[in-house]
Amino acid sequence: MDFGFTTAAYVVAAVLFILALGGLSGQESAKRAIWYGIVGMAIAVVSTLVGPGQGLWLMSLILIAGGAAIGYQLATRVQMTQMPELVAIMHSLVGLAAVFVGFNADFETTRVLAMTEEGRAALVNGFAAIVAKKTPVEINILRVELVLGIWIGAVTFTGSVVAYGKLAGKVNTAAKKLPGGHLLNATAAILSVVTAVWYFQGGGFLALFLMTLLALFIGYHLIMGIGGADMPVVVSMLNSYSGWAAAAIGFSLGNDLLIVVGALVGSSGAILSYIMCRAMNRHFVSVILGGFGGTGGPAAAVEGEMIAIDAEGVAAALDDADSVIIVPGYGMAVAQAQNAVSVLTEHLRKQGKTVRFAIHPVAGRLPGHMNVLLAEAKVPYDIVLEMDEINEDFPSTDVVIVIGSNDIVNPAAQDDPNSPIAGMPVLEVWKAKQVFVSKRGQGTGYSGIENPLFYKENTRMFYGDAKDSLDKLLAQLR
Amino acid sequence: MKIGAPNEIFEGEARVAMTPDSALQLQKLGYSCLIETGAGEKAGFSDSAYQKAGVEVVHSAAALWQAADIVVKVREPSEAEADNLRKGQTLISFFWPAQNEALLQRCKDRGANVLAMDMVPRISRAQKMDALSSMANIAGYRAVIEAGNNFGRFFTGQVTAAGKVPPAKVLIVGAGVAGLAAIGTATSLGAIVYAFDVRPEVAEQIESMGAEFVYLDFEDATQDGAATGGYAAPSSPEFREKQLEKFRELAPDMDIVITTALIPGRPAPKLWTEDMVAAMKPGSVVIDLAAEKGGNCDLTVADKKIVSGNGVTIVGYTDFPSRMATQSSTLYSNNIRHMMTDLTPGKDGKVVHNMEDDVIRGATVTYEGEITFPPPPPKVKAIAAAPRKEKPKELTPEEKRAKEVAAFRKQTLTQVGLLAGGGALLLAVGLVAPASFMQHFIVFVLAVFVGFQVIWNVSHSLHTPLMAITNAISSIIILGALMQIGSGSVLVILLSVLAIFMASINIFGGFLVTRRMLAMFQKS
Repeated sequence: MDFGFTTAAYVVAAVLFILALGGLSGQESAKRAIWYGIVGMAIAVVSTLVGPGQGLWLMSLILIAGGAAIGYQLATRVQMTQMPELVAIMHSLVGLAAVFVGFNADFETTRVLAMTEEGRAALVNGFAAIVAKKTPVEINILRVELVLGIWIGAVTFTGSVVAYGKLAGKVNTAAKKLPGGHLLNATAAILSVVTAVWYFQGGGFLALFLMTLLALFIGYHLIMGIGGADMPVVVSMLNSYSGWAAAAIGFSLGNDLLIVVGALVGSSGAILSYIMCRAMNRHFVSVILGGFGGTGGPAAAVEGEMIAIDAEGVAAALDDADSVIIVPGYGMAVAQAQNAVSVLTEHLRKQGKTVRFAIHPVAGRLPGHMNVLLAEAKVPYDIVLEMDEINEDFPSTDVVIVIGSNDIVNPAAQDDPNSPIAGMPVLEVWKAKQVFVSKRGQGTGYSGIENPLFYKENTRMFYGDAKDSLDKLLAQLR
Repeated sequence: MKIGAPNEIFEGEARVAMTPDSALQLQKLGYSCLIETGAGEKAGFSDSAYQKAGVEVVHSAAALWQAADIVVKVREPSEAEADNLRKGQTLISFFWPAQNEALLQRCKDRGANVLAMDMVPRISRAQKMDALSSMANIAGYRAVIEAGNNFGRFFTGQVTAAGKVPPAKVLIVGAGVAGLAAIGTATSLGAIVYAFDVRPEVAEQIESMGAEFVYLDFEDATQDGAATGGYAAPSSPEFREKQLEKFRELAPDMDIVITTALIPGRPAPKLWTEDMVAAMKPGSVVIDLAAEKGGNCDLTVADKKIVSGNGVTIVGYTDFPSRMATQSSTLYSNNIRHMMTDLTPGKDGKVVHNMEDDVIRGATVTYEGEITFPPPPPKVKAIAAAPRKEKPKELTPEEKRAKEVAAFRKQTLTQVGLLAGGGALLLAVGLVAPASFMQHFIVFVLAVFVGFQVIWNVSHSLHTPLMAITNAISSIIILGALMQIGSGSVLVILLSVLAIFMASINIFGGFLVTRRMLAMFQKS
C-alpha cells in the first residue's frame, strides 16, 4: 500500500482526535466526541497495519484483541471512586510502551547503520527503511529525540506506578523523600544528561539503559515526595508527560500522527496541571517538588469550640431551609457516599427546595473527580456548579452541607496571611446562614491545617462516616 | 413587695403595663401584684382575668399608689400622679426625661426612684426590655395596616378574570425597627417595597426583609450607626438635598409612603415635602410615624388624618401601638417583667437597685433623691464599630477606557512578544536542523497550538473524562510498535509485542471508561 493513503488516513485521524477533545466542552457534545476519538484510533491503527507496518499482522491483531479483552474488563469493573487509580495505572502503560518503542528504535538504528549500502537499499518498508535514508546529522537528531522519548516515558512509568499506589492506598500517601531529597533528584538528572551525552558519543545500548534506570528512579522519587492531596496535579502532569513521550517517539520514527496526538495530549495535561495549580494558588514547581512552601509566621490560633449536632438537628434545619448547597470532597469518595447524597438531593428537590452542588477545582484526587462521582449517582449535572459560579451565592443560602472536604472550605486561606494555604481560592461556605460539616472526627485535613470554619458560630459538626451519617439523616427526613 | 399597675389616664391610651400573663411571671419573682379596676379593659384584659391570675384588683388609683411599692405604667406620670409618689417608691414607665425636666424635678423632690423604659441602653443584653423597639415594631406593622385601610387598592398584584391589578408600590423612609417591621408587613401583603435609610450598613437588613434599598450616590453618605448607638444622626445639607432629589424622583410612582425617620433628641427631619405630596397620585397614602415629633411630612397634623388638595391621605396618628392595645400591652408588660427580673437577682421579691449595672444605671433617671440623668455612656458599646471599608474607587468612563486600552495594549504586547520569541526560536532551530526534521517540527508546534486552543474550552466538570480520553489516545504509541514489529531481531519483536499489548489495553480501557463516564452525565 502506498504512503499517500496512509498520510491521508493520518490527517483524518488527527482531525477526529482534535474534534474528540474539542467536543468535551459540553456534556452532550462529549457523548458524540468520544466516537470521534474511537473512530480516529481505529483509522490510525488500521492504516498503519496496511501501510508502513511490516508483517506479523496476525500476531498484531491477536495482541490487540488480547489487550482489548483486558481493557474491557478493567473499564467495566472499575468503581467510579477508583477512577484516579485507573487513570494513573494506564499512564504507566503508555510510559512503558514508549520506553520499549524507544529501545526498538535504537536497535533498529544500530542494525541499519551496521548494514552495507546494498543492504540498506534493499529495505523497502517499515522503520528500518526510514532510518536507512537518513544522513548522519539526521541520525544524531533521531538519537536526541529517542533519548527524550525514553527518558520521559520512563519517568512517566514509575511516576504513574507510584501515583497509582498512593491513590489506591497501597503506598503511604504522605510525602516521603529519601535522604538527600532534591539533591538526589538533581544528581540523577545530571547523571542522566551525562549518560545521554555518552550515548550520543557512541556509548551504545548500555548508556541508553543506564539513563533509563536513572529516569525510572527520578520518576519514583519525584512522585513519592508529593502528598496525596496534590495528586490531581500529579495525575494530570503524568498525563502530559505520556503525551510528550509519544510526541518525542513520533519524531524519531518520523510519524506525524504520533507527533500530533502526543502534542495534543501533552498540552492537555499541561493545561490541566496549570488549572489545578492555580486553584490551589501554588506554583507548579512547588507542587512537583513536594510539600507546602514555607510560611511567613505562625498561623493564627483558632478560638471557639466545635459544636456537634445529630441527624435530627440537621434534618430540622433542612426542613426549614429553602436553598441548600452541598460541598463534596474526597471524604465523600472514600465513604462511597455519592448515592446517599443523590437520594438526599432528590428528596430535598421534591420538597421544592433549591439544591445545588459547589465543586472546588481540586476537590478529590483527580480533576473533575467529584463531577464524575455525582454523575454516577445520577445527580443532574446542571445543578453541579463550579466555584466561580456559586461562590457569590453563599450569603443567600440557608444551609450548606460540607461532606468530607476540608482545605477547600478553609476561611484561613482568606483571613490568615500566615496560613500555609493563604491566597488559595476557597468556597466561602461560612457566609451561609448555617453550615453542617460531615466529618469522621476532629482531626485536621491532609494539609494538617486547623480549619477555623469548624469553630464558627454558624457551623455544626455532624460527626461520623459520611455514608452512615447521610443514611441516618435520610431516615430522619422521611 | 407589691407591684401595681394603675389605669392609664392619658387621653386615648389603651395600653396597660401589666397583663395576667406578666403578673404570673412577676409572682414567680416573689412579688405580689395589684391592678386598678378596669385598667386592662381597653386592652382586652378583664378584672376577672387578672383575679384568676392571682392579681389583687384595687378599686381606686389612690389606693393603688398607696399600696404598691413599685408602680408600673405605660405613659409618663401626669403631675397629679407624680404627686402620689412617696420616698422609696419605684416608678417604671416611659418617661422621656430630656423633654420632661419639670416632671423629673418633681419626682426627685418626692424621693422616688424612677426607671425610664425609654432610657434602656441599646445593648444586646437589654434587648428583652427594649420597649422602644417592641413598640416601634408594632407601630411599623400598624402603619402598613392603617395605610391599607386608607388605600383603595390591593397590595399584591393579581391577574383575575375581572382584570389585572398592579401591585402597590410602597416606600419606607428610615429603616429602624419600625421601618423594618413595615417592610416585612408590606412585602408579605404582596407590595413592591422600596426602603431608604441614611445609614448604608442597613442596606443588608433592608434587602433581607425583601425590600429594595434605595441607593443614594453620595460621597460622604457613610454614617456610622455605631457612633450613635444604632440611631441615625443629622446629615449635612448637601446630603439632604441629594436625598430630597431622590424622593422627588420616586414620589410620582409611590402608592404608599411610610416615614419613620427620627433623630434622638431633635425634631423629626422634614423629608416628604409638600411638592412631593403634590406629585403623588390621588388615592395615595402617606403614613407619618414621626408625627409626635413634628412629622417627616410637611403636611402632617399630629393625631389627625387629613386629605391633601390632590387627594393624598396623610395619616399623622401618634398612637399606633395603642391602637393594637392587646398586642402592645403583652409586649410592653413583658419588657417590664424582664426589667423586674434584672432588678430582682434573688428572685425573692426584693428589688436590688444595682447602680453598677449598665442597663439599670442607664434606665434610672432619679435615685434616692438625686437626678441621675443623663447616665454615663454604657461600658458596652451598642454596636461594634464597623471597620472602615476601603471602597474601590469608582472610575470615570475616561479612566475606565484608558484602563481597558492599557490592558489591551499589554495583552497585545505579551502576545506579540510571545509570538516573536517563539518565531525566533523556530527560526533558530530551522537554521541548524535539517529540512526533514523541520517538517515534523512544524507539525508538532501546530499540534501544541491547536491543543492549547481546544483544551481551554473543555468544561470543568469533564476534566476526568478528558484525562481518560487523552490517556486512551496517548496509546497512539502503538503505531510505533506496529511499525517495528516486522523487524528481523527477536528482541525488537518481543519489545514491540509487549508495547502493542499494553497500548491496546489502554486504548480499549481508556475509551470504554470514558464512554461509561460520559453516559452518566444527565440533565435534570
